[in-house]
Amino acid sequence: MGKVLMKGNEALAEAAIQAGCRHYFGYPITPQNEVAAYMAKRMPEVGGVFLQAESEVSAINMIYGAAGAGARVMTSSSSPGISLMMEGISYIAGAELPCLIVNIMRGGPGLGDIQPSQSDYFQATKGGGHGDYRLVVFAPATLQEMVDLVQEAFDVADRYRNPVMILGDGMLGQMMEAVEFKQKPCTELPVKDWATTGKGTRTRNNIINSLELDPIKLEEHNKKLQKKYEEIAKNEVRYEMYNCENADIIAVAYGTTARIVKSAIQEAKKEGLNVGLIRPITLWPFPVEPFEKVADKVKAFISVEMSAGQMVEDVKLAVNGKKPVYFYGRIGGMVPEVKDVLGEFRKIAGGER
Amino acid sequence: MAVVFQKTKGLTDKPTHYCPGCGHGIIHRLVAESLEELGVLDKAIGVAPVGCAVLAYEYFNCDMQEAAHGRAPAVATGIKRVHPDKVVFTYQGDGDLAAIGTAEIVHAAARGEKITTIFVNNAIYGMTGGQMAPTTLIGQETTTTPYGRNAERNGYPIRVSEMLATLSGAAYIERVAINDIRNIRNAKKAIKKAFEIQLAGKGFTLVEILSTCPTNWGMSPVEAMNWLKDNMIPYYPLGVFKSPEEVK
Repeated sequence: MGKVLMKGNEALAEAAIQAGCRHYFGYPITPQNEVAAYMAKRMPEVGGVFLQAESEVSAINMIYGAAGAGARVMTSSSSPGISLMMEGISYIAGAELPCLIVNIMRGGPGLGDIQPSQSDYFQATKGGGHGDYRLVVFAPATLQEMVDLVQEAFDVADRYRNPVMILGDGMLGQMMEAVEFKQKPCTELPVKDWATTGKGTRTRNNIINSLELDPIKLEEHNKKLQKKYEEIAKNEVRYEMYNCENADIIAVAYGTTARIVKSAIQEAKKEGLNVGLIRPITLWPFPVEPFEKVADKVKAFISVEMSAGQMVEDVKLAVNGKKPVYFYGRIGGMVPEVKDVLGEFRKIAGGER
Repeated sequence: MAVVFQKTKGLTDKPTHYCPGCGHGIIHRLVAESLEELGVLDKAIGVAPVGCAVLAYEYFNCDMQEAAHGRAPAVATGIKRVHPDKVVFTYQGDGDLAAIGTAEIVHAAARGEKITTIFVNNAIYGMTGGQMAPTTLIGQETTTTPYGRNAERNGYPIRVSEMLATLSGAAYIERVAINDIRNIRNAKKAIKKAFEIQLAGKGFTLVEILSTCPTNWGMSPVEAMNWLKDNMIPYYPLGVFKSPEEVK
């Protein structure tokens, strides 16, 4: 199949269908409505289920039920809707159910606006719901990468029995780019012999549950979860290093912002400024390795985000005090401009920061 | 020697945690017997609530999921949409279904989800120690209505069956009680009928079962059964509020 021009939200939905997702549950919210509209049209064509829930709270619990029943399922929403799903996400993590949750972020807090934002980084990577749990969080920067990561996300979810989030922003959801749906080779995935499918000839009952009243047993369960998260952190880290060799300054950015930073790096080059980019593709697990590679050689780091400074905390942890870490961000749905990012590079190079 | 009675295969051997005289024991048995008699235990998937029946997944002898508080109808929707050929049921109390889970039950019924809800109404929150439920009667004392439920302050108890029966997607809604043998037998009939209607694919089914909470009502089991009869049935009349004959 060749390349087709598609809107981000629609490309995402088609990628999910091509990855074998046949159950979608969601609730309308801008700027991700095209996902649901596309699913509503396409699911009947492929014998799947599209269901518009009465709320995000219900949608995520339908995901819980369907994932627990063994289906490859997804939902999508945007920031305020994802907040409503946090209860369900915690239960899904506790019950170890594989599913894909897409957050096409918009400006907050509260109702905020409908412009692109990256201010749900904390919520996605540090919890959001209650309890010691982790979401695997993928952050694509192009529509092609988003399409490729959808299948990846489902597979990772199935492999570890864990919820996975694709964290995009309103820009990625709304923009159009050429994408190609590549036939991925089938990966070996574990059989879902734990799913509630009706007992049939099975001798034991399958139970999907996150309750354990005995604290000794609940500690054991938590330890098992933590061990799984360690495995994920070891195996699933993804990142891109761009122009990092011989760079004096390293910018750190993900998603749409990373593309703006790349443009600023090109501009900086014309002025003789050598700036590199570390682009985390997984936000959790956060890539520490690239920072270890460059920290001794560079002058400083700068995290560029569409937030008031969230990922910068993980950048500081990764840099571990070796070099200064600066921050530049736009908030409330404003998008950083190339000239302003370039200005920040100049300030660091000139010793003004 | 011929076996005249034995425990239903629909229940596990796990001893329940319910208080002495609690209605859940009777209702669990009725649901389990119905599933067994219909021969659907191997294709049943139940959803347990939050509340006293939170551990129901340990008692029903079939596949089970434990839902967040009030969300059982949404979880059941997800299950049924994946396995339309299976028998899916939720087991919920009055706090779970009629307070925190009101949106979920109303919309599952409105969509005509082909699931069965066993709704246990004992007019009080049991698990958390006897607070006011949406179904607590006017004048009834609870830990959060120590002077009795007052309409001015606390509003009125919700008649769930009557409310859901107004929805086109609801195929079968009946209210029963477990205060005496006759009513228990009727309750069993209603539960079985609800599952049969689900199997026939006719739409959403719910059986509201008036039950007792001797512990939090502060009564003996016998007093509680009498209180149910004298106080609950007059406000929550027994009967069929919707049946498939009306649907067509």
